[in-house]
Amino acid sequence: MTAPALSRRSLLLQGGALVVGFSLSDRGASAQTFAPVATNGFAKPVAPDRVDSFLALGADGHATIFSGKVDLGTGVETALTQIAAEELDLPLDRVTVVQGDTALTPDQGPTYGSLSIQKGGVEIRQAAATARARLVQMASERLGVPADELVSENGTVRPKAGGQGLSYADLVKEGRLDLKVDPAVKTKDPAQFALVGKPVARVDIPEKMTGRFTYMQDYRVPGMVHARVVRPPTIGADLQGVDEASVADIPGLIKVVRQGNFLAIVTEKEWAAVKAAKQLRATWSEWEGLPEQGKLWQHVRATKVTKDDVTSSTGDAEAALGQAARKLEATYDFAIHTHGSIGPSCAIAELKDGFLTCWTASQMTHALRKQLAAMTGLAPEAVRCIYVEGSGCYGRNGHEDAAGDAALLARAVGRPVRVQWSRADEHGWDPKGPPTLIDLKAGLDPQGNVTAWSSQFHIPEGAAGNVPLVAASLADLPHETTMAPGNIIGNSALPYAFPNVRTVCHRLASTPFRPSWIRTPGRMQNTYANEAFLDECAAAAGADPLEYRLRALKDPRGIEVLKRVAELAMWQARPSPVKDAAGDVLRGRGISYVKYELNRTYVAGVAEVEVNRSTGQVRVPRFFVVQDCGQIINPDGVRNQLDGNVIQTVSRVLLEEVTFDRGAVTSLDWSSYPILTFPDVPEVVIDLIDRPTEKPWGAGEPSAAIVPAAVSNAVFDATGVRVRSVPFTPAKVKAALQGA
Amino acid sequence: MVQLMSLDVNGRAAPVSVDDPDTPLLYVLRDDLGLHGPRFGCGLGQCGACTVHVDGQAVRSCITPVSSLKAGAKIVTLEGLGSLDKPHPVQAAFIAEQAAQCGYCINGMIMQSAALLNETPKPNETAIRQALAQNLCRCGTHQRIVRAVQRAAGTL
Repeated sequence: MTAPALSRRSLLLQGGALVVGFSLSDRGASAQTFAPVATNGFAKPVAPDRVDSFLALGADGHATIFSGKVDLGTGVETALTQIAAEELDLPLDRVTVVQGDTALTPDQGPTYGSLSIQKGGVEIRQAAATARARLVQMASERLGVPADELVSENGTVRPKAGGQGLSYADLVKEGRLDLKVDPAVKTKDPAQFALVGKPVARVDIPEKMTGRFTYMQDYRVPGMVHARVVRPPTIGADLQGVDEASVADIPGLIKVVRQGNFLAIVTEKEWAAVKAAKQLRATWSEWEGLPEQGKLWQHVRATKVTKDDVTSSTGDAEAALGQAARKLEATYDFAIHTHGSIGPSCAIAELKDGFLTCWTASQMTHALRKQLAAMTGLAPEAVRCIYVEGSGCYGRNGHEDAAGDAALLARAVGRPVRVQWSRADEHGWDPKGPPTLIDLKAGLDPQGNVTAWSSQFHIPEGAAGNVPLVAASLADLPHETTMAPGNIIGNSALPYAFPNVRTVCHRLASTPFRPSWIRTPGRMQNTYANEAFLDECAAAAGADPLEYRLRALKDPRGIEVLKRVAELAMWQARPSPVKDAAGDVLRGRGISYVKYELNRTYVAGVAEVEVNRSTGQVRVPRFFVVQDCGQIINPDGVRNQLDGNVIQTVSRVLLEEVTFDRGAVTSLDWSSYPILTFPDVPEVVIDLIDRPTEKPWGAGEPSAAIVPAAVSNAVFDATGVRVRSVPFTPAKVKAALQGA
Repeated sequence: MVQLMSLDVNGRAAPVSVDDPDTPLLYVLRDDLGLHGPRFGCGLGQCGACTVHVDGQAVRSCITPVSSLKAGAKIVTLEGLGSLDKPHPVQAAFIAEQAAQCGYCINGMIMQSAALLNETPKPNETAIRQALAQNLCRCGTHQRIVRAVQRAAGTL
């Protein structure tokens, strides 16, 4: 099986000064566990401070970039290509990116938080600029021309005055760029950019549109067998017995693997594994450790608080609340969400000669390597994780867990094992975005200005880190015991200059489901509560919601995104709600703003909604968004991400909620966990602010943060009723309308 | 009981041996014939990622037992629709509109749209959205997908 998608890479990697010692051209057939990753006798370095950890220049004039950040379907492969080609003065088609291979790529941290460009891209840019400076210096020595009289272009260094130049391949020859990355290196003047800032077409799209792309789910290795996991019927059930005779008739059955509460079927052919997993009879103990779904928020409120994170404290909020002319108080909640990848998680592992190789769509191969090592008892050096792009994950979904399953099974059967999760495995067992409960109070002065703001966020403890692997937990192999919900305290503090503010995150000892980050973790929920409650203050003050925000905002870039979005949406200055609303379908608009994590990307949005008064159904026909993420690498890529973040978040806010009984998730397919479909998808209208001389910041998930409040505020504008509970289902909206 | 079958896939005879008549077409296409276009998404016919054409109709291959296919049924997958060098007009339009993020759902989007345009060459936007209502995309690429279908229909 040849993947034409990758043949281009093999060309780039042949010959030359720094050549990876195995071909990537035929990944489907390359179960070359620990093939020598050597380059002209040099081991491929991966230390994040070495230039040749990040790039190799081939004798054919091509450059290979080694990126620890991976493309999760967001287009960063293309953007990283643009950054590297720009800095190396190479055409785009002479730069290729190898992603997330622990043997080849530096550990640049997990691919999360909209940091692939902001962090990963900037590191690659520095490595490329360091390399280019060295090439110019080498040419200067060879040509006897001062470096400042040389110019690099199209893979060649030549005298500015004209005359013969030297190609990069000539310069590097048999050597290597054995250099430290210079973080202070002078990078290209943005005024000279030819590739960065341009809407370059994505390198992966033609192959994806024609069925020539190899996703993780397509990947195959020789001798490989198939597995399906059989998860416990309830999260905490113990496996009491397995009736292997129940699958005796399955053709090509290799093994029923049982280790503790981990159970799986391994077969020669894939369909046999699907069938056997359904057919296998096993007995499990009863377990009812989940809270009642109908009492989720009481449960959250009653959960033990292990510590308080005070995320901002200015003046004396309590005292100012006591003195306020007017006081407001509200509680917001945000349901448990699942990632909902369209392709359920999948991985392959092979254990051979004491080495474990895992092909995985993990967003964090370097961290996964350590988890697999801990779980199997192997040294980290004996584990290699190789990234193969999968279905979009939007955070830490089940990809890493499938890798854990595959590693366990590869050891159990002694052959390479491919594990493909079912739809129910993904919906039931991927880690969840935890439930979030937020209490807010505000005090207003006689003019309606906020004089006091006090908020309390009830959210699980923990930060980013390793989410424990399901297989390791079920089989009772070494695994993490702490929660890793992501950095969910971000944006609990406000971007506005109010005189008395106190924002506190009560960190909870537990949460019903294994938590992880799902797009815009915490920052979405926190921004939702802050921006919707601020809208309540504006309404109480009888103020226009835009003008009200601008009153308290000092940051010029923040002010600009808000003014631009108002212009884009043809915002009519007036207080909410709409006066004299009539008819069955009510229309309104709402505004929202974020400075992401208070230190980067600015986004403002306006939602237009239609609320059906008799059914309670909310539609979002149009959403306007303006973003300032500093320097834009690829404006078309940014627009694509903004579309995606807005549409996905409209889906989450209107429809999505994980349902469960006392033992397990019950929303196990797309009918019980519906997502937004074509007829209801909003038109997304975008305006980008490009600042080529500024740092590039995250361009994806920040825009998701503003969506829930913009919709909530628009519903209020249309109806005069405030919805404070995500998702804004017809039942909730109708009840609120009837109560009004 | 292993059964030998000859399928007509992308204009070629494809002999396959099937040991279970319930095997969905999807698994035969992916595992026996090594095709990547049709994708496993749900196995329930809910998401559309597995869509192929059977005699010109868009069919969910994950819930189509291979034994249910009529003799001589012509199966076309995303690979058979067009290639990198000669993309089908719908594929070319998706490329022109850069209508993908992760792209995992796109097989279904293109196959469903191509079937739609066969029957209705100039659908309006509402008809396109309706025709794709049972195809799920999680990345939120819907807007570009609709534009790509309009482009393919020559109505953009």
